[in-house]
Amino acid sequence: MFVYADNAATAKMRACALRAYEETAKNFYGNPSSLHSCGQRAKEVLEDCRARVAHILGAQPREIVFTSGGSEADNQAILSAARFGAKKGKKTIVTSAIEHHAVLHPLETLEKEGFRVVLLPVGEKGIVDPKDVAAVLDESVCLCSVMLANNEIGTIQPVKEIAALCKEKHILFHTDAVQAVGHIPVNVKEIGCDYLSVSAHKFGGPRGVGVLYARTGVPLSPLIEGGAQERGKRAGTEDLPAVAAMTVALEEAISEMPAAGKKLTVLRDELIEGLSSIPHSALNGDKEKRLPGNVSFCFEGIEGESLLLLLDDKGVCASSGSACTSGSLDPSHVLLAIGRVHDVAHGSLRLTLGMENTEEEIKYLLKVIPEVVEYLRGFSPVWRDLKEGKRQYIL
Amino acid sequence: MSLYSEKVMDHFRNPRNVGVIEDADGVGEVGNAKCGDIMKMYIKVRDGILVDVKFETFGCGSAIASSSMATEMIKGKPISEALTLTNKAVAEALDGLPAYKMHCSVLAEQAVQAAILDYYKKNNIPYDGSQFKCEHCAHDGEEE
Ligand SMILES: Cc1ncc(COP(=O)(O)O)c(C=O)c1O
Ligand SMILES: [Zn+2]
Repeated sequence: MFVYADNAATAKMRACALRAYEETAKNFYGNPSSLHSCGQRAKEVLEDCRARVAHILGAQPREIVFTSGGSEADNQAILSAARFGAKKGKKTIVTSAIEHHAVLHPLETLEKEGFRVVLLPVGEKGIVDPKDVAAVLDESVCLCSVMLANNEIGTIQPVKEIAALCKEKHILFHTDAVQAVGHIPVNVKEIGCDYLSVSAHKFGGPRGVGVLYARTGVPLSPLIEGGAQERGKRAGTEDLPAVAAMTVALEEAISEMPAAGKKLTVLRDELIEGLSSIPHSALNGDKEKRLPGNVSFCFEGIEGESLLLLLDDKGVCASSGSACTSGSLDPSHVLLAIGRVHDVAHGSLRLTLGMENTEEEIKYLLKVIPEVVEYLRGFSPVWRDLKEGKRQYIL
Repeated sequence: MSLYSEKVMDHFRNPRNVGVIEDADGVGEVGNAKCGDIMKMYIKVRDGILVDVKFETFGCGSAIASSSMATEMIKGKPISEALTLTNKAVAEALDGLPAYKMHCSVLAEQAVQAAILDYYKKNNIPYDGSQFKCEHCAHDGEEE
């Protein structure tokens, strides 16, 4: 059996998106910046997509900037707000300890340039406490960035409360909604955010395209300079086929959201319950306040990469920590932030479900995962020490 | 494209000499769970020959494959030869490892040395400390 359970890394492109991509590339090949009719027809498509995406997010079309994806949107929001803050002498940025690297790494760069970065703790449930935010928002803060839903452990953050706190103190608020958009309701007005990042390939659109929502009036400077595309906020000839494909994928994701939410929650909870019966294992992150398709576990006594490789042999595509962190030796900063010690954090498994996953696949996962965990524990010196009482169980 | 060579995957999927030697003459454990790989090597010695070698590993694909390959390379060999085993030789025998995974094969080399050192110490056999390159082995009294 083949089971693709890595939808948070990237989801399969929807048929409607593939179709829209091809048709747009074929029929609207003009450059939207060209004056001739061919270019203007392409421009019309571009603006139509902008209006449709804006409508779904609860934004104005002029507040939508098409980007090359979530990473660019995160970078642009952060750097724009930081640059503006620096001018006003506000050089503190508040963020959570579990942000994606597309947020954390630009912040590290800013730190080297003299900014102060405050990392909010998330507790063992993996959720920021708005009280902690309130405690650190002072005069020196120019930006607060807290993700809407975490990519590794799926926890949903109280961004509405945090946005309100920021608004009160006239602090810009950005939320990385890459894992949320298309999966749970997201509306910029309801959240009350100033910036919001979206990535198409997490909801069945193409890779390499996304959105930065920037509320009218907020500071916004281009990362990429050149032509006047995107109202001068993002140079480069627009990737119209990708934008069109993202738009229809988003619309389809939104229309199937109620059904998907129900279906995935059932499959997710079945998987969580089944995996919980593996001794000395634990779910990562809050059980309720999590994305419908996210299952993240730690298994004591084994290491995640070998688990992934053996699961791959059995047809199961999953991930351990974030796909982007593989290749680094440190276990995921997200798992460490929820209090998993190194030994335990190394034994993590993330399964992220999508609409194509079936009940039979869940049954299959619940057959093969315990087998592989037991097999690896069978020759793990750590597991032996635990069993023989030479080491204390943590989970 | 796959991360590892066929050889690595073969040793990872079908590790040789996996397990414990209950009455081992030497046991070496190296690595720590913090960095993500732990190897434990068990040896049985007769007349200076490693007549049996077994391992247990907590770690990634390349850690498991390196342990397995290292046991194959030293089993049946004299101790003197086993002490010359390098991580480079282990990696080469596996048809190479990705650069950032080389440290896993270092652990295999160290585990072999730690097991031999343990055997020397248990039997009060004088040894030449300079033969033991691994950090772990350099620290006396750090054994379990
Ligand atoms: C939470 C989060 N933010 C940002 C990104 C980056 O998005 P993209 O791959 O479109 O650059 C990802 C995807 O890995 C993500 O999960
Ligand atoms: Zn390793």
